[in-house]
Amino acid sequence: MAFFEFLMNEILSIPAVLVGLMVFIGLVAQRAATTKVMSGTLKSIIGFLILGAGAGVIVGSLDSLGGIIDEAFHIQGVIPNNEAIVAIAQQMFGTETALIMGFGFIANILFARFTPWKYIFLTGHHTFFMAALLSAVLGTTGMDGATLVIVGSLLLGFFMVAMPALGQPFMRQVTGNDDIAIGHFGTFGYIAAGFIGKWFGNKSKSTEDIVISEKWSFLKDSLITTALTMIAIFIILAVLAGSDVVSNFSGDQNYIMFSIMQGIMFAAGLSIILLGVRMILNEIVPAFKGIADKLVPGAKPALDIPIVFPYAPTAVMIGFLFSFAGGLISMALLGVLSLPLIIPGLVPHFFTGAGAGVFGNATGGRIGAAAGGFVNGVLISFLPAFLLPVLGELGFANTTFGDSDFGVIGIIIGYIASLFN
Amino acid sequence: MKILAVCGMGFGSSMMLKMTIEKILKEKGITADVETADFTTASSIYADFIFTNEEFAKQLEGGKVKVVSVKNIADLNEVRGALESVLNT
Repeated sequence: MAFFEFLMNEILSIPAVLVGLMVFIGLVAQRAATTKVMSGTLKSIIGFLILGAGAGVIVGSLDSLGGIIDEAFHIQGVIPNNEAIVAIAQQMFGTETALIMGFGFIANILFARFTPWKYIFLTGHHTFFMAALLSAVLGTTGMDGATLVIVGSLLLGFFMVAMPALGQPFMRQVTGNDDIAIGHFGTFGYIAAGFIGKWFGNKSKSTEDIVISEKWSFLKDSLITTALTMIAIFIILAVLAGSDVVSNFSGDQNYIMFSIMQGIMFAAGLSIILLGVRMILNEIVPAFKGIADKLVPGAKPALDIPIVFPYAPTAVMIGFLFSFAGGLISMALLGVLSLPLIIPGLVPHFFTGAGAGVFGNATGGRIGAAAGGFVNGVLISFLPAFLLPVLGELGFANTTFGDSDFGVIGIIIGYIASLFN
Repeated sequence: MKILAVCGMGFGSSMMLKMTIEKILKEKGITADVETADFTTASSIYADFIFTNEEFAKQLEGGKVKVVSVKNIADLNEVRGALESVLNT
């Protein structure tokens, strides 16, 4: 009994160890070599701790950003970034997130095995992010313990097959075959782009007939673009707020120099978090795939959004730019409506805007790509604004979940759950 | 031998590419380390080969590391062909 208590209270209550344990089980089930089991398990635990360190760095930058907006304009300023919010969420919901992710993988395999939706969701970081979102939303409604983990895992497993299934009619048009599915929680944005393209566009006028200069390709380096936009956002805010307000955060440092360094600090924090996420997922995703391949005959892999980028590289750039434009216009509207100010984050706009561009192009050519990207940009600005209240304490973090499905699913579950309370 | 699979973030499509490469290495009986990396850090990591998409390949080429571009990272035949062509040179 004493051993059992020690196990529950001292070992399994540490999220990092729990993640390590999942990786350990995955590797053993795969009959990996002992050295690999050891190193993979340890790496995932180190990765989880790195995540916390990165959260510390990024929170420093976000606190100044949110603080300046609050003091100067008296509204909440939020820059959506999945990696940042999930790293922060681990300090509150680490154990729940780790358990929901682990059991969510199993639920995905069961749904794929016993329903017609034969999708295996291999975008591990989105599984992780969705597990964190579900922990936060369900936790805010008052659910806890085993109930929260069971409900969360079933929901996660369900969305891991349902979202690829929803996207598949459009994926077939993008790829020209039925072999791979989209496994990315920006699906509502891609479907919206697909429909917009179908209704308003012209498939024969493809984006791929347009030539875009090579010099713009540096925009695909997400760390650099994040640093550049965060510097720009900080400088604009600092100038609008004035040096008096900024000096409450910068101390003696020149307020413009402070803004530049805070923008770079955000990118530095993001880079640390990316390393942590990579170390957590490096063994877990291959183990999950190995097990799923054995248990689900005829399974289709549901993959991360960049899988569609090579099918229409120009639509990628068009979708991203129009999504970002949609984000900027939406930010102005949110300000007018006195809703939380959702500042367009580069990472969500790049990946989901590009995806929406490719889907829009597949159904409606260049008009579809541009309009689809724009609609995605509006969606991922307004959805986070309405998601914040259902996240409870996590809703005050100055960053939040970026991609459309997190918003749609979080809001629906949050409001349904509030009906029961 | 060390192979680096590269994508924008270093854990999404590069992970899938890594799994595809590992599957082919296994069927060929070749032992190699396959790691994932994001585009920004890829150029500072030692490797024998870099596998990535066409866009990133253009920007990573020119160094000492042989860069291979892959269109469909889940396509065993394409990745097998690409791997065979670099292993034979």
